[in-house]
Amino acid sequence: MELVFALVIGGLYAAGIYMILRRSIVKLIIGLALLSQAANLLIFAVGRPGRGTPPIVAKDATTLLPPFSDPLPQALILTAIVISFAVTAFALILIKRAYQEVGTDDLDAMRTTDQRQHAGTP
Amino acid sequence: MIWMRCGQPINGSMPERPDMNTLLVLPILIPFSTGLVALFFWRQPRLQGAISVGGCVALLISSLFLFASVWQGGIQAVTMGDWPAPFGIALVADVFASMMVVLAGITGLAVAVYALANIDAQRRAFGYHTFFHILLMGVCGAFLTGDVFNLYVWFEVMLIASFVLLALGGVASQLEGAVKYVTLNLISSAFFLAAAGILYGTVGTLNMADASLRLQTLQNPWVSNLLAMLFLVAFGIKAAIFPLFFWLPASYHTPPVAVSAVFAGLLTKVGVYALVRVFTLMFTSDVGFTHAVILVLAGTTMISGVFGAMVQKDFRRILSFHIVSQIGYMIMGLGMFTPLALAGSVFYIAHHILVKTNLFLVSGVVHRLRGTFELSSLGGLYRSAPLLSVVFLIPALSLAGIPPLSGFWAKFVLVQAGINAGGYTIVAVALVGGILTLFSMTKIWGEAFWKKEESGGGPEPPGVEVWTAGERVAYYVPIIVLAALTVSIGLTVAPLMDVALRAAAQLADPAAYVAAVLAGRP
Repeated sequence: MELVFALVIGGLYAAGIYMILRRSIVKLIIGLALLSQAANLLIFAVGRPGRGTPPIVAKDATTLLPPFSDPLPQALILTAIVISFAVTAFALILIKRAYQEVGTDDLDAMRTTDQRQHAGTP
Repeated sequence: MIWMRCGQPINGSMPERPDMNTLLVLPILIPFSTGLVALFFWRQPRLQGAISVGGCVALLISSLFLFASVWQGGIQAVTMGDWPAPFGIALVADVFASMMVVLAGITGLAVAVYALANIDAQRRAFGYHTFFHILLMGVCGAFLTGDVFNLYVWFEVMLIASFVLLALGGVASQLEGAVKYVTLNLISSAFFLAAAGILYGTVGTLNMADASLRLQTLQNPWVSNLLAMLFLVAFGIKAAIFPLFFWLPASYHTPPVAVSAVFAGLLTKVGVYALVRVFTLMFTSDVGFTHAVILVLAGTTMISGVFGAMVQKDFRRILSFHIVSQIGYMIMGLGMFTPLALAGSVFYIAHHILVKTNLFLVSGVVHRLRGTFELSSLGGLYRSAPLLSVVFLIPALSLAGIPPLSGFWAKFVLVQAGINAGGYTIVAVALVGGILTLFSMTKIWGEAFWKKEESGGGPEPPGVEVWTAGERVAYYVPIIVLAALTVSIGLTVAPLMDVALRAAAQLADPAAYVAAVLAGRP
C-alpha cells in the first residue's frame, strides 16, 4: 500500500515538473495542478491510511492507541483542495487573458517584463 | 478561518480573557470587514475610498493597542473555538509579530491614501480596495498565526489577493508579469503544503510551539534538516532569496504604484517573517547546518540583487532588484543566529518596510509628473520638484545605509553582530553590498533628479494634467510621513532598537513563546 502511494506521488511530482518545464502556458497550468495533487496525496499518505483501524478510543481505554488511521490529514487535504481549485480557476482565466493580450502561449516569448528597458503601467 | 481540527475531546476550557481575544483577532477582522463593506459601494468611489482609509486607520490603531499590550504583558496567545493549544488553531503575538502588524498598518494606511489618487476608476470599480484589504488580512493573519497549516491558508489568502491586484487592469505587461508571479508562487505553495504534511507525519502536530518541542526529541537529525530545507525553499521563494528570486523583478514593476508599493513593502517580508519564525522556533537543533546554509544564501542574495540592479534603467526595476538584495541582509541576521544578529534582522525588516514602500511611492509621483519610469527620459526633477527630491533622498540614502538614517543603524547592528560572531566574510559582503546600493541610488538621483532635463520634448510631457489639490495631498502626504518616520527612527534610534532587542530575545529563547501557546494544555 505505502509503496503504491510512494510511486504514485513520485510519478505525479515528476509529471508535474515535466509539464511546468514545457513552453506552453496551458501545460504550465496542468503541471501546477499536478504538483498540488501530488502534495495532497503526500499528506494523505502521511496519515497512514488503512482499513480496520478507525481513530476511535476503545470503550475502556482513555487514550487512542496506535495503529490508527489519522483523520486530520484528510481535513487538511480538504482545505488544500478547495484552495487549489480556486487558484487553478484563477490561473486558467489568467492564461486565457495573457494569451489574448500578449498574443502568444509560448513562455519563451514572454520576456518583455524581464527586459532591461520596459515601461510598466503607472 | 475558524474551523475545527479533529482532536480528542477536551474537558475544561481556557480561562476567559476577552480583551486579549479581541485584540489578537482585530487585525484580521478589521481588514476583512473593510474589504467586504467596500465591495458594496463600488458605485460610490469617494465613499469607498473613505471606507478603505478608515479601515486602515482602524487597523493601525488596533495594531498599536496589540503592540502595547504585548509590550507590557508579554506574549499573548489565544486559540480559536476554545480548543486548547495543540488541537485548536492558535493566534500568537510576540513582540516581533505585533511589530510586524503595526508596520502592516502603517504601510496599509500610507498606500490606501496614495491609492485614492493613484488608482484609476476602472481598477477601483473592479475591486481594488476590496482586494487590497483582503491582502492586508492575509498579511496580518500570517504574522499572527501560531499554526503551520493556518500559515499556509493565510499565505493563500494573501496570494489570491495579490494575484488579482497584480492582474487588475489587464494590461499586457501586467498579465505577463502575473503569469511568472503566479507560477513561482504556486510552486512555493506546493512545497509548503508538502512540508506541512511531512511535518505532521513526523511529529504529529501542526502547532508551531508544540512542533518545536517535539522536533527537539527526534532521533534522526536529518529528518528535521530535510523538513527545514523544504520550508527554506517554500518560504525562500516567497521571500525572494538568491536562486529563487526571479519572479520578483519580472513582476513588481508592472502593476500601478499603489499595488507594487504594498507588494514591495509587505509581501516578501511575510516570507522573511515566516523564515525567521520557523528557523528560530522549530529548526534550531542543527544550527551548524541549517543556519550556515541560510548565511551563504544571505550573502549570495545581497550580491546578486545589487548586481542585478546595476544594469537596470527603469526606476522600479532598480528598486525591485534592491528588494532582493535587502532580503539578504534580513536573513543574514537569522543565519548568524545570535540575539544581537536577530535584533539586527528585526530592525532591518522594520526599516526596510518603511523605506522601500516610500521609494516605490516616490517613483509613482515621478511617473505622475513625467509620465515615464525610464531613467534616460527623466531629468531635472531637482529643479522642478525640490520637495520630492528631498523626500526621495531620505529613503534612498537610508537604503544605502548613510548615517544618521535608519538604514545605517540596521546595517551597523548586523555588522557589529557579524564581527562579534567572527563572520568576517559575510560582513565584508554586506559592506560591499551597501556600497553598490549607494551606487544604484546615486544613479537614480543623477539620472532622474540631477541631470538636466532633455529639451525639445515639448512644454508638457504627455499624460500630465494639472494637479488637483486633493490629488497633491494624496500623493505627497504618505511619502512625507514615511520619510519623516525614517528620519525619526534614525535620529532617535533607541525606541526601535529596544523593540528589536526584545523581539530578538524572545526569538532566541522560544521557551516563553511555547509556554504562552501551550498554557491551556490539559
